[in-house]
Amino acid sequence: MRKRHTPKDRLITAALHVALAAGLFFAAFPIYWMLSSSFKSNTEIFALPPTVLPKAFTLEAYAAILGDPVKLRFFFNSYFVAGAVTVLTVLIALLAAYGFSRFNFRGKGSLNTLIISTQTIPPITLLIPFFGLVVSYGIFDTYVALILTYLVFTLPYAILLMTGYLNTLPRDLDEAVAVDGGTSWTALWRVIVPISLPGIVATSVYTFLLCWNEFLFALTLTKSTSMRTVPIGIQMLMGQHAFEWNQMMAMSVLGSLPLLVIYLVAQRFFLAGMTAGSVK
Amino acid sequence: MTRQKRSHHKLKRAIAPYLYLSPALLIIGLLMLLPMVTVIGYSFQNSAVLRRDPSFAGLKHYQAIFADPVFWASLWHTLYFTCMSVVFHMTIGMVFALMLNSDRINPTLRNILRVLYILPWLFTAVIIAVIWRLLLEPNGVVNSVLMQMGIIGSKVEWFSSTATALHAVTFANIWAGYPLFMVSLLAGLQGIPKDFYEAADIDGAKAYQKLIFITIPQLMPIIISISLLDFIWTMQVFPLIWITTGGGPIYSTEVLSTYTYKLAFSSYNLSQASASAVVILLISLGLTLFYIRYQKAR
Repeated sequence: MRKRHTPKDRLITAALHVALAAGLFFAAFPIYWMLSSSFKSNTEIFALPPTVLPKAFTLEAYAAILGDPVKLRFFFNSYFVAGAVTVLTVLIALLAAYGFSRFNFRGKGSLNTLIISTQTIPPITLLIPFFGLVVSYGIFDTYVALILTYLVFTLPYAILLMTGYLNTLPRDLDEAVAVDGGTSWTALWRVIVPISLPGIVATSVYTFLLCWNEFLFALTLTKSTSMRTVPIGIQMLMGQHAFEWNQMMAMSVLGSLPLLVIYLVAQRFFLAGMTAGSVK
Repeated sequence: MTRQKRSHHKLKRAIAPYLYLSPALLIIGLLMLLPMVTVIGYSFQNSAVLRRDPSFAGLKHYQAIFADPVFWASLWHTLYFTCMSVVFHMTIGMVFALMLNSDRINPTLRNILRVLYILPWLFTAVIIAVIWRLLLEPNGVVNSVLMQMGIIGSKVEWFSSTATALHAVTFANIWAGYPLFMVSLLAGLQGIPKDFYEAADIDGAKAYQKLIFITIPQLMPIIISISLLDFIWTMQVFPLIWITTGGGPIYSTEVLSTYTYKLAFSSYNLSQASASAVVILLISLGLTLFYIRYQKAR
């Protein structure tokens, strides 16, 4: 046992707590500032000296965002695209992961390496050929263009994540189905899927976040205001008027809600999704 | 089972994995590998994408890029931005992880702080960019506090002066990215066997000796693999820079991704942009090979 409550020991503990407080300020102050600014009027935002708490608390910025059908459309687009990509990604990744996890076949090792290496392909490199393809197939400025392109970035990681999860499940379960004369397809849906929910949730969370955050492709492959997603909407707010900072902050708060909610509700899955690829 | 039935079953078993993988491979093949070949093709064409029958350009576009001082400046900014980001992500992540792992703080406080320290990670690059623009506005809170404390004499235009812009975007990126290291290192710390520290205690080791001879060597595999991934991803950062500075002022924060984007979608020089995109791809692939080798060696 270490000796406790000596003066030196107390000093170290006190110093640690001061450092923790400094760390907290560093991590949280910018976010606090966004939140408090979203409840200020635009003139109070640059008041001198700055007001830590909104002096005249107002919801006018939120009312301006939520009362504007154009901005609500940004939110709809983001939810719709992220939702569609999540469903497709999870389905396709589940099938592929099942193949990787439960079968031995020629080329398995090199396919696995291929999938790991596609994770690091620079988005900007794919942007130019995608732009060419999207224009020539006439799907520029459509949901299809966004959904197809997002799939490419979500799939590799989702496959690795799902394969990692399926590998933790005992093989006896699906082998029992085979002994009973069932095919691997029945084993997948009857046995594997029901017990894979944690893996499916982690993969969905990760995929949704990736789509929700995407900026470069949404910026380039859509054009009309009705097709824009939340990140582009926030950027558009910057150009339009002479900087409605309170509206930009309110929209940022609303745009961060899904991530915050998922994080608070499903912290375990969230962290599993965000770190699995890098720790393994 | 009859022999015929068994061989039929075997055949099914042999084909099955390819069937399960086919949707994924189709998408990755058509939408990732094919476009990669396409972009390499574009980089050797004149007026790629814009003309139906582009002529062969040889290495012209690569020569143009390598002769462009802005390309070299972008490469340098990318390196500075990436190296500083990775080093500070690692340092801050390590310090926070060690602090949270200390047995000197009570468990409830630890859990609350862990959630709060992860916060920057939960925000989209665009939102991070907007937050830092608000904080670092000439009339914003950072200037006003620094002036009151007497650290700066007059308002600093953090994002629009060539002297500070690159440091300011790098700082914003450091703030946004340390939680990945923190979370991974914290998981790593909890995986180090307690006996190691108990043995060191018996030998009378000091805290810093335990850190240098036990903790850091045990965390090394995590530190190396996350640093490599962080390096690859940070090198590709686009939205943060696009929204805070747009690469300016006077190219002072131009990085490879903004440089390429502008070539393609502001100047509509898609051929030259493709050449630049291929250069970025080659750098990324080189680092990725290194990463995969390292992962396999483990």
